[in-house]
Amino acid sequence: MFDDFFIRALVAGIGVAFVTGPLGCFVIWRRLSYFGDTLAHSALLGVTLAFTMEFNIALSVFLISSLIALSLIQLQKRTNLPGDALLGLLAHSSLAVGLVVIGFLTFIRFDIMGLLFGDILAVTVDDLLIIWIGGALILLILKLIWKPLFASTVNYELAEAEGLNPDRAKAIFTILMAAIIAISIKMVGLLLITGMLIIPAAMARNISTSPQKMVIYSIIGGLLSVILGLFSSLEFNTSSGPSIIAAALLLFIISLLNIKQSIKLKN
Amino acid sequence: MSINQNILVKLKNAGFRINNKSLVKGVSLQVEKGKIVTLIGPNGSGKSTTAKIALGIHKKIDGEVEKYTNKIGYVPQKISIDWTLPLRVNDFMVLTESLKNEIIDEALSLTGVIHLKDKNLGDLSGGEFQRVLLARAISKKPELLVLDEPVQGVDFTGEIALYELIKKISDELNCGILLISHDLHTVMSATDHVVCLNGHVCCSGSPIDVAKNNEYKALFGEQASQILTRYEHRHDHIHTDEGEIKKN
Repeated sequence: MFDDFFIRALVAGIGVAFVTGPLGCFVIWRRLSYFGDTLAHSALLGVTLAFTMEFNIALSVFLISSLIALSLIQLQKRTNLPGDALLGLLAHSSLAVGLVVIGFLTFIRFDIMGLLFGDILAVTVDDLLIIWIGGALILLILKLIWKPLFASTVNYELAEAEGLNPDRAKAIFTILMAAIIAISIKMVGLLLITGMLIIPAAMARNISTSPQKMVIYSIIGGLLSVILGLFSSLEFNTSSGPSIIAAALLLFIISLLNIKQSIKLKN
Repeated sequence: MSINQNILVKLKNAGFRINNKSLVKGVSLQVEKGKIVTLIGPNGSGKSTTAKIALGIHKKIDGEVEKYTNKIGYVPQKISIDWTLPLRVNDFMVLTESLKNEIIDEALSLTGVIHLKDKNLGDLSGGEFQRVLLARAISKKPELLVLDEPVQGVDFTGEIALYELIKKISDELNCGILLISHDLHTVMSATDHVVCLNGHVCCSGSPIDVAKNNEYKALFGEQASQILTRYEHRHDHIHTDEGEIKKN
């Protein structure tokens, strides 16, 4: 069944969508879009290091992204630079270092387009295992930290005062972000992974009235985007990543209709 | 273990600084089960900071804070909620602890906002939101309630009712309350112990003791002192521990 590359891509994409749905909601709620971008940019460095040292790509990306995330937290504590400047600094310097390392790797034929925009042809059965097992782990951990993470997203001091340990939840969430980027990079590519996190969740925000509903709609939106995107990528011979994100954008635009209607109702 | 089993939180010479600027220092106080301790003081005197020290929100503090309970309900003075979150009153009620529906309804009824249960939190008025905040804090049946100006923005009649409710909760749940309030009338009528702050503890004691204190008069003026004296005149009886009323 997994012999066909398209089936593999579909199964991989569905696995990714289940995880990006809930994580994406937190990215929007906690205003972490640029944080996601920074981690994704640093993933290039992870990929190149994986090639240099003949190491598993997903694991290498996960380690580098976690390292970047932890450096960010330290820099925020120790410098007076604003958060967005630090994010830009880490994103572009890790991207630059990654590209420089690629320059040295002349002995390896590098599909840089596939890396940036995703490559469905490249999804192997091993990747599927990583996505589904890794994805299940991410969701399980997210469920365990849901209460403190959500409470501190709404109000940090309330969560802290009432004994929920929001700092630990935040640190674990950061690691989960690194993990989702690591397992989904082959599908969507590192330039577009943040889109996969944000756009379905943004679409869900337009049509939901409670946090639980937003998570569910975000997952559904992600699944539809993957299915729609992959079929059109097959049909029109386009890269998988951009096709999925374009499908997500289409769903977002449709969800805007709902906002207009509810405003009309209010008036 | 504490010597006094009733102590819920105890501050010993506690203080907090940001960039070497002291926000409050040398605060010693304790909140016991069934007692209401009120912090008063002018703006910027460190009332909220003291509450946050007691709650453990401020961690790098001077002095010591000992907490003997984890069942805490908190109503912060300022709460900024990001409206990118689709959050209904109902979702907000179970933010830090899962609660049964009946318990949520009961708490919302007590503060008079049961009709808002399915409303979006962002659509509430300031006073309505304050009532929801209070309902959320009491619904957990906490051992310690920390209320930082819990009735701000609430209409006049509602204010009195809510203060009565707070007093009732303290009696019924036997929980300790650390209250921050500007309303001297209410403070003095419902409070067991008053701590008057102005960057440090100016004076503390029973409401009547505090009212007689010169530092208090200097801080709030002669009139504030008279509020209390007048209040004292209304007291022609005392409540014994057995709940009996005795003439003075």
